[in-house]
Amino acid sequence: MVRRFLSGNEAVAWGAWESGVRVAAAYPGTPSTEILETLAPMPNVYAEWCPNEKVALDVAVGAAYAGSRAMAVMKHVGLNVAADSFFYASMTGMQAGLVIVNADDPFMHSSQNEQDNRRYCKFARVPCLEPSDSQEARDLVGVALELSEQFDTPVMLRLTTRLSHSSAVVELLGTRPPERVQAPAYHLDTTKYVMVPGNARRRHPVIEERIAKLAEYAETFRFNRMELKDTALGIVTNGVAYQYAREVFPEASILRLGMTYPVPQKLLREFAAKVERLVVIEELDPFLEEEIRLLGIPVEGKVSAAAGGRGKSIFPICGELDQQIVRESAIKAELLPASARVPVVRPEKGALPPRPPILCPGCPHRGVFYVTNKLKLVVNGDIGCYTLGFLPPLGAPHTCGCMGASIGVAHGVAKAGIVERNVAVLGDSTFFHTGMPALLNVAWNRGNTVTIILDNRTTAMTGHQENPGTGHTLQGAETVQVELEALARALGIQRVHTVDSYNLKQVEAALQDCLNANEPSVVIARRECALMPEARKSWMPLRVDEERCNGCGLCFRVGCPAVVKSDVLDAKTGKPKARLDALLCTGCEICAQVCARKAILTRAQLTEAEEA
Amino acid sequence: MTKMSFLLAGVGGQGTILASDVLAAVGLQMGYDVKKSEVHGMAQRGGSVTSNVRWDAKVYSPLIGPGEADVFLALEKLEALRHIEMLRPGGLVLVNDYVISPLSVSSGNDDYPDDERIRSVLSSVTPNSFFVAGVTLAESLGNARAVRGNVVLLGALSHFIADIPVETWLQAVRERVPTKFADLNERAFRLGRASMQERKSDWASHA
Repeated sequence: MVRRFLSGNEAVAWGAWESGVRVAAAYPGTPSTEILETLAPMPNVYAEWCPNEKVALDVAVGAAYAGSRAMAVMKHVGLNVAADSFFYASMTGMQAGLVIVNADDPFMHSSQNEQDNRRYCKFARVPCLEPSDSQEARDLVGVALELSEQFDTPVMLRLTTRLSHSSAVVELLGTRPPERVQAPAYHLDTTKYVMVPGNARRRHPVIEERIAKLAEYAETFRFNRMELKDTALGIVTNGVAYQYAREVFPEASILRLGMTYPVPQKLLREFAAKVERLVVIEELDPFLEEEIRLLGIPVEGKVSAAAGGRGKSIFPICGELDQQIVRESAIKAELLPASARVPVVRPEKGALPPRPPILCPGCPHRGVFYVTNKLKLVVNGDIGCYTLGFLPPLGAPHTCGCMGASIGVAHGVAKAGIVERNVAVLGDSTFFHTGMPALLNVAWNRGNTVTIILDNRTTAMTGHQENPGTGHTLQGAETVQVELEALARALGIQRVHTVDSYNLKQVEAALQDCLNANEPSVVIARRECALMPEARKSWMPLRVDEERCNGCGLCFRVGCPAVVKSDVLDAKTGKPKARLDALLCTGCEICAQVCARKAILTRAQLTEAEEA
Repeated sequence: MTKMSFLLAGVGGQGTILASDVLAAVGLQMGYDVKKSEVHGMAQRGGSVTSNVRWDAKVYSPLIGPGEADVFLALEKLEALRHIEMLRPGGLVLVNDYVISPLSVSSGNDDYPDDERIRSVLSSVTPNSFFVAGVTLAESLGNARAVRGNVVLLGALSHFIADIPVETWLQAVRERVPTKFADLNERAFRLGRASMQERKSDWASHA
């Protein structure tokens, strides 16, 4: 037995390794990314990043069909991409265990929408397991795989951001089942694995029966745990919400469900009968609450207008819970006396300058947006670091929905007859993810959308993961480096430019050429992310020539944190001159190119001055 | 000391996570149950970041609610102001005397709050607020990129938690910094600890 201090994500990786997962596949996405990053260096396991979550799930399904325990990992919106595969995997079942690790993001710390993916489990008849801490995150991976094999079903392990990214002590075995000497038997069974209508019609009743058996199993499932204390109040809860419930109500009776779909009906009835008032504390949708209500048991929690509910909620349906929200909500609903309130001093602070996440100093995306602004283009954006350009002073992109949406949206705007030119902007990894079919669509349907691929040679937002353009796999093997230029041409685009993102003239000339042509086109703006180890080596802070700077403020419009107002005012204009923060500036020279008075000294000028 | 909740706040890239890792390790070493919580992803890239560490006989929630932090380590002054209501009235707040201007300030659209305003707001929550010259002390060691204010701040904190041996702190720090910078970080820690030597506080007696 080994004791380690692990995040929920790290614990899942350990659980997968210790329970003999042989193949794991994922697309990086906060808050799930560290799971495969932790697993990948472990011995005797195969792990890969895929271009998107749908591919990752298919890979895991294939491995499980072929008799190896498998795991697919994704964030909540990744399951939207993989939903098609999720449903057929439920229909077919598999040969060896398949666990789908899904990380929901209440409060949207790093996401475009909140969604409760327990809904997907009910939708596709897939059981859902939910840990309440890192230890259970580790334990439930093995349990999920056993259930998967026992009931011939994929199993979802549902995490949330708070669970993924909080750490606690975990007891590990530190060992893995012995490797098989022979490859597992590969049983082909077309009646089970070919989902043509005839076969599918025979499979549907099977999965309905399966979920009924799982509901029976849930009655004695050891992670469905009743903690009987004071029976005046009974709380049904799940996941990390259990921790808040226990903290706020140390004396209440709690039924903690480790399997939230299907629910244990008898156990719920038994618990409800023992307590005077029954409430549910769960994040996001009133999922358990609805299941309980369907049993005809009176219960309180939150009211969902979407589910036809009326009246007032005790707990919020939006955002993340914490002990303070649970406590305040409970006081309001008279579940707790006002004396339970924690004393807080909230001093008057006045308005504070906000500090949102921004494009880093030296970010290659910055200059591209500077040019699209100069050309007054409407920018349809996508999911990645570049989304952060939307705040002033850059103020672009102007739309951002989900992975791969940029190109289709820009094409639709043009087809609606809008004359202002729209461009699509997305990163290299996002282009590989879901941008490719959309670009194919523009070419095929005679669009004239200009697509800018911001090729920073990595998947930056989630922390620099490999992608098909980097020439490396997750486990560090060298591999084919897919060329974006050739790919764009293969997808039917004839006008393809490649420019250096740091060279504003080049970017502008290429864009102007594309805008002048009434045909679909692609501009690949290439420059390595400034935070990559290789790029860091060439950082070189620039300097402002105070004599030449007249405080015109043009350089502030590039929105770089390294460009700051100095204390020196220009004698003529009375405006503060610019200064470059030497600890932040990387020397990308975007601001130097923007400066009309050539007051920002370039790398070459600084080197020359030094040598002189 | 039966339990302790630490809130850390700073700007992405300042080493908030390293500092909370050290606090977690020290708590475990002292025999507590420990939970730590932080948010990754969008929170980086120069945005506000917070991290929570809790020590107790048994920790349930990994989070700290308003008024629940016994100790608040602010790695940047504006962030101290932003999150001060998380501190238990009378708790301990250590502020790295360091400014990172948000974009709206450096571009001249917002004003950065002055020290007087910061001190007066902090003192309305607790008499136990101290500024630590984290970056100045780190820079005095000659390598501003290798040693940062975070370790100096931990050193300062160690002065106020007298019942934990300094070796326990130092071991946790050394294990979490690159080997070649371990000595430098130890010196930074000791500078931070020494800088608070004259400071007295009764904050812990209320914990």
